[in-house]
Amino acid sequence: MRWMRHGMVAGPVLGVLWCLTVAVTVAVAMSFVTGSGFRPGLIGVLVAGAAIGWPALRVSRPVRVGIGVIVVAALSLAGFGPVLPGPGVAMASLAVAVLATGGALGAGVAVIMAGCPPGAMTRHQFEAAVIRFLVGFGYVFFTAIVVIPFFVMVMTSLKSQQALLQNPLDFSVDLSRGTDLFRSYVELFRDFRFGSYLWTSFYVSVLTVLITLAFSVPGAYAVARLRFRGRAAFSRSILLIYMVPMIVLALPIYIAFSMTGLRNTLFGIVIVYPVTTIPVALYMLQGYFRGLPGEVEEAGLMDGLSRLAVIWKITLPLSLPALASVSLYVFMIAWNEFLLAFMLLDDPSKFTLTRGVAMLNSSEIPRQHLMAGAVIATVPIMALFLGLERFMTRGLTAGSVKG
Amino acid sequence: MSVAPDPATEPAPVQPPPAATPPGGRGALARREARLAWQLLLPTVLAVSLVVIVPLLAIFWISFKPVGLADLRPPAPVVRERLRGDAAEGDLRIEYRLRNSSRDEPIRGVTLSDTLPDGIAVSGEITGPCTVEGNAISCDFGDLEGGARAEAEIPVTLTGDAEALEAAAEGSEPVVTGEARNILTNGEFTLANFARIFDGSEFWGVIGVTIFYTFFGTVGALVVGLFAAMLLDRSFRGQGILRGLFLFPYVAPVIAVAFTWVTLFDPFSGSANALLLQMGVTQEAINFFGQKPLALIMVTLFEVWRYFPLSFLFILARMQSIDTDMYEAADMDGASPFQKFWYLSVPQLLGILSVLFLLRFIWTFNKFDDIFLLTGGNAGTRVLTVNVYEQAFAVSNIGAGAAVAVVIFACLVLFSVFFFRVMSREEGL
Repeated sequence: MRWMRHGMVAGPVLGVLWCLTVAVTVAVAMSFVTGSGFRPGLIGVLVAGAAIGWPALRVSRPVRVGIGVIVVAALSLAGFGPVLPGPGVAMASLAVAVLATGGALGAGVAVIMAGCPPGAMTRHQFEAAVIRFLVGFGYVFFTAIVVIPFFVMVMTSLKSQQALLQNPLDFSVDLSRGTDLFRSYVELFRDFRFGSYLWTSFYVSVLTVLITLAFSVPGAYAVARLRFRGRAAFSRSILLIYMVPMIVLALPIYIAFSMTGLRNTLFGIVIVYPVTTIPVALYMLQGYFRGLPGEVEEAGLMDGLSRLAVIWKITLPLSLPALASVSLYVFMIAWNEFLLAFMLLDDPSKFTLTRGVAMLNSSEIPRQHLMAGAVIATVPIMALFLGLERFMTRGLTAGSVKG
Repeated sequence: MSVAPDPATEPAPVQPPPAATPPGGRGALARREARLAWQLLLPTVLAVSLVVIVPLLAIFWISFKPVGLADLRPPAPVVRERLRGDAAEGDLRIEYRLRNSSRDEPIRGVTLSDTLPDGIAVSGEITGPCTVEGNAISCDFGDLEGGARAEAEIPVTLTGDAEALEAAAEGSEPVVTGEARNILTNGEFTLANFARIFDGSEFWGVIGVTIFYTFFGTVGALVVGLFAAMLLDRSFRGQGILRGLFLFPYVAPVIAVAFTWVTLFDPFSGSANALLLQMGVTQEAINFFGQKPLALIMVTLFEVWRYFPLSFLFILARMQSIDTDMYEAADMDGASPFQKFWYLSVPQLLGILSVLFLLRFIWTFNKFDDIFLLTGGNAGTRVLTVNVYEQAFAVSNIGAGAAVAVVIFACLVLFSVFFFRVMSREEGL
């Protein structure tokens, strides 16, 4: 392993790996943006990566960026660039690709190899360099895997059917179409009643949150504060109930609802949704209630408040942040719920949003409508999430035993 | 599975303490507190038992019954009443036609009763098993075999406004009774459902797929989550933004992201294929969700992609609570970055990792939506939960679906016993 730590080996190897990361990223990004083909070239990656990572190259960062651009440009002119253009690529976009690759390569290698001697490296220096490469790679990798699907979702919804079939790679937005870009959305709201689905999903979710809180707040308080026999068994069985798979329950619920006529009604949905969320809400809230100082409540009791008044006037105001987290989490579960809505609702006038999107998944309905539906279902929950991320993250960590 | 103790079976103890001993046990205050606790818990206990415990019992019951999708409607006699003929020609008659709604289940003791409105009188020979006494018509059709029909005719005359009387005659709803075997509630049991699902190589294939999906989905999400957590366990500008971004896959509705993946990896119009063709990785389009081993790998990757945010949140929270003194001490002793990770961070994280592994394992095992939306359980991706749906709705055999659900539940009980062992060690729960 010692030879790996020599600057003559580590520098070029990390340089090549980083160059590969950059080249693939630039190729994919340029393909998606311009719609024409770009691909990473192996020879170019090897040569450019090794050259920039060469340890004798001890220059300041801007200089290394400059050298990176020059090397990549030279290789590209020779036809061996790290990013190779497919047929019919415009000169301008090729130039952008070369600039981006060279710049990112130079800057990245400069950061990765910072403080490393050209000769033998100590273990610390070597590992620190590897970690810096991994961090850079990690940021690129995670951003790509998260952003690409959502990017594809939004862009597909803005395309027309022929454009999609013609070139699946082309995600450029044709601004000349003007408001026609949003045709899929207009059609969904006009012909597929998505407005009413949006509203149904919204009020079903809000009702679920309210009912869940009404049940779980007293329950959580009892488990957290009051002493009674079977308390430990109770808090454990809450978690257990939470682990029962939905599909196991969905089958008997389907049968019972079919026989009682509750199937195909939103009333039935509003009955079932809270029960699936009460256990987790109770579990999250009791954890929070336990953390509240008991003395404040005892002071209230001493001053003559009843237990219920203590809960209402002292505990609840103190736990508003927790209530917000729980509400958001429950809202998210109800909004995203698919299985029960899919099994219990058949009538298109009563669909929730997820059920409505599922309806769009047929061969007769064009893809961009399906993607537009997906965007409509995603945007509200994302907006809520981004706006209240602090609460949401707390809710997720506290309660997400569930997935 | 231990169920929340029912308040009825566990009342607050009411025995007074023995007089001779000093006051022990629970006093009035403690009793009142326990009573209040149960009052507060009662709504939850009731709701949960109604929607969780009762269905669970029902699923055990159904798994031993030969029930198909069509049996959800118990067989019943269906009746149609019509006033036929012409008043002027004097062949006016009330006609009842009965039909057994089930094709193969007989209905026993079918009777019909109806009332004649005032102004309508019986005027001749009644065909069919009916008798009229005053205004009351009662018919006894006896047994109606599966798919059988029966009818009765009562000749009548009208006195008064013919239109109104006709409407009145057809408007009075006849009451039909009859007893049919309801397969859901009778005492017939069978082991055929279990025999059916355990029989054949298909079941073991399903088990194998489930284990692969659950194990690699869980481990993958943990490893990727650990990597993501290490990336964000440092302060830099934009850390908050990246953390929010990394949570996207988990927060978005499963239906939206699943369909996006299907679109992205479509063999004909998917961008992923276009990209791979472009880069020369493959010569022809790959059917990612339609080929046998590949589809399973893809749904497992989807699972990793969708749930790594969860592991990363938990691991990050734990990382940030690790004492930095330890790392400083390690620095003094000359530990290298990898050594610090391996000998300090990993042992600290082992607890949360094992809890996460078990929880995610159970939840991945329970997962239905993802595979159902991605492949519908085709191309070698049918896991147990999807099999419940397939058996119950695609094959229309509710009993077999319930039997699969019972198998799932048994596995789950096994996992939870294990889980609580580890959990009590790790978190003192």
